[in-house]
Amino acid sequence: MSNPAEVADGQVAATAAARPVRIALIGNPNSGKTSLFNQLTGLNQKVGNFPGVTVDRKTGVSQLTATQRAEIIDLPGTYSLYPKSLDEKVITDLLYDKGADNYPDFVVVTVDANNLRRSLLLFTQLGDLGLPAVLALNMMDVAERHGVNIDLQALEQELGVPIIPMNARKGIGVAALKIVMAQRLDAPPVRCWEPTEELLPLVRQIRYYFNLHNDYLALHYAQQFRQIGFLSADEKAHIQELTQKYGFDATAQQAAETIARYARINEILLETVTVTRTEIREPVSNRIDKVLTHRVGGYLIFLGILFLLFQAIFAWAQYPMDWIDQGISALSATIQENFHGPLVRLLTEGVLAGLGGVLIFIPQIALLFGFLAVLEETGYMARVTFLMDKLMRPFGLSGKSVVPLISGLACAVPAIMGARTIESWKDRMITIFVTPLMSCSARIPVYTVLVALVVPDQAAWGIFNLRGVALMGLYLLGLFSALTSAWVLKTVLKARERSYFIMEFPVYQWPRWKNVGLTIYQKVQAFVLQAGRVIVAISVLLWVLASYGPGNRQETAEAQVRQEAPTQKWDEAETSRRVASARLENSYAGSFGRALEPAIRPLGYDWKIGIALLTSFAAREVFVGTISTIYSVGQDADMGTLQEKLSAERDASGQPFFTPARAFSLLVFYVFAMQCMSTLAVTYRETKSWRWPLAQLLYMTGLAYAAAFIVYQILK
Amino acid sequence: MALFRRSAPKPTAAAGSRRSAQDLRLGETGTICCLEDPEMALKLLEMGCIPGVQVRLSGRAPLGDPLMLVLGDQEYTLSVRASEAATIMLKD
Repeated sequence: MSNPAEVADGQVAATAAARPVRIALIGNPNSGKTSLFNQLTGLNQKVGNFPGVTVDRKTGVSQLTATQRAEIIDLPGTYSLYPKSLDEKVITDLLYDKGADNYPDFVVVTVDANNLRRSLLLFTQLGDLGLPAVLALNMMDVAERHGVNIDLQALEQELGVPIIPMNARKGIGVAALKIVMAQRLDAPPVRCWEPTEELLPLVRQIRYYFNLHNDYLALHYAQQFRQIGFLSADEKAHIQELTQKYGFDATAQQAAETIARYARINEILLETVTVTRTEIREPVSNRIDKVLTHRVGGYLIFLGILFLLFQAIFAWAQYPMDWIDQGISALSATIQENFHGPLVRLLTEGVLAGLGGVLIFIPQIALLFGFLAVLEETGYMARVTFLMDKLMRPFGLSGKSVVPLISGLACAVPAIMGARTIESWKDRMITIFVTPLMSCSARIPVYTVLVALVVPDQAAWGIFNLRGVALMGLYLLGLFSALTSAWVLKTVLKARERSYFIMEFPVYQWPRWKNVGLTIYQKVQAFVLQAGRVIVAISVLLWVLASYGPGNRQETAEAQVRQEAPTQKWDEAETSRRVASARLENSYAGSFGRALEPAIRPLGYDWKIGIALLTSFAAREVFVGTISTIYSVGQDADMGTLQEKLSAERDASGQPFFTPARAFSLLVFYVFAMQCMSTLAVTYRETKSWRWPLAQLLYMTGLAYAAAFIVYQILK
Repeated sequence: MALFRRSAPKPTAAAGSRRSAQDLRLGETGTICCLEDPEMALKLLEMGCIPGVQVRLSGRAPLGDPLMLVLGDQEYTLSVRASEAATIMLKD
């Protein structure tokens, strides 16, 4: 360390008091970076086994010494400083702007000791940017077992930075790393590669124009100015002018630089690393792969795992979901018994009902993400994308779309969040767009009620139940429409960047249960806080619309019912049900239903279904609750009485209202329609634009309308 | 740097004379000579597909695509699409 460090010691203490040292953690995917982050911060977060898990930038605080703390930023895994996917751009935005608020004081680079050559590529780029760095040489234990001997002192000499050998998973070497991190570091004195002679005129112009501290950074400006977030349009235009003037070929330069770096790294490794292979043995992972990616067995195992997943989501989750449902109802009933007034009704029928609609999904989300986390942790997920890629490509999807689509059968909200692992912008947008077409669990109550209404409970072809066949048909219809829509979108959308599939297969390993638990916690929290707020707000709004009516129409209608009650010999309960029904008919929601009627009559619906469509706009599972109210079924009625009421409903000519035509029209409508505020909200959050959720809403509603229209007109 | 030929990749025309990683038989090892597609080359290089490095086809997905390539003496596995592997040219 040079002497300015000693001189500055006092200042360091002073600035440390003002703000902690800021350290960025960077490295290849699967280099143990996130494990190290957990070790340093103690905030045990997600350790990804699947390339690109860390999309959001995570930060934590590390206690380096008794008096010194550091703020640690966990950056997405990357192979180089030339970003190829969206999440990697986070890195360049952070490291290119020295004036940025979050600009790190130095970087800790995690390097896989078994993969030195490739890992050092990124490291040398960081060093050449002039960033002070520490090299965390990870997975030393595995390297030793493989007979890789690294002369640490010589390597330190060559690279010009401190090197800490470690095993991040077990926490070995973390203490030593903290000691080094607590010291003031200078930029490494060694340069691995510098812009060549012919690049210098361009590079120097950019460097002086932006007042940059080194040539290599200026070269990165020339390479990536289009994607750098903090440059203004004028600045970008200026760089573009310069690159054209000097005839700068970005691709050729980048390839030449990478080759030159590898040449230099090879020289360094030749002097510092010796490999004494004890035995050439096929790694365990390869042998597992022979089974899990077998041409027949691979798919069978995948199907088996899918089956288990569905079992978990549809069967096991039912128990906690029932508890939540009963708990909310009990709470609501207790409040209504003990307090009175409009605020109490707002609280129970608006807020609590909405909250119940959020909380009820927690078991499914938790199970789904627990499952997916285990598959990710073990490294199996990468193999699934490998197995499915060829099947998905004709539809404009990639192997990485499989997991979100499957998750969509449980709930589109976590599924859309899961699409983050898809690097290609186009593939990711298509996946997000079509995922809500997969029949999610919220459609189940709607399907069950309507299918039971018009499909007889009979055996079909000996083994199948006719209702089961109908239900499966609805699921297949959803899958079919998702794939077709993806195919259409593939031809419409233009790719922003090239789609790559190249990825590294992580080595199989046991899941770390702490990480699985933490993933579940984080996803559930994100769902409750982000989507939950929207659902509760909409449900409160709907409650207001259904509870109040224009003028005194509700009161008039109620009075009329009460007047009729004695002549019709209705008892207390029957009267109050009819009053509720009449009030709803004359509420704002009822008026909307009436107004909607001309538009939905071609589908075979009346104003009552109109209200249900309107209320289930926020969340489709509200449908059953709404029609229960409309057809004046008491809240505690079970499905049987609801069905009796529905089949007893008559049209104007005295025929049953719910004909197969009407029921199937409604079913098809629910297969396609985008009736889920949470999905729209999460699409907005993931795409960071209102255009996508809006397009989703219009497309799916249009599709639902057209399909329901066709079904009704044909079956009528 | 004569790293890659500037011509667009020709899928079949040159197949007789020059082999790519896509043409490897299962378990066969070849040595990377150059990368055909300039843009793809950048990604492949970063992932360690460097001219001179040995590459072994260790498996194919059941439908023949993507491929599983084991790189060099470091024994790490990449998954690449056949179309991507076709840009990795091998030495004779």
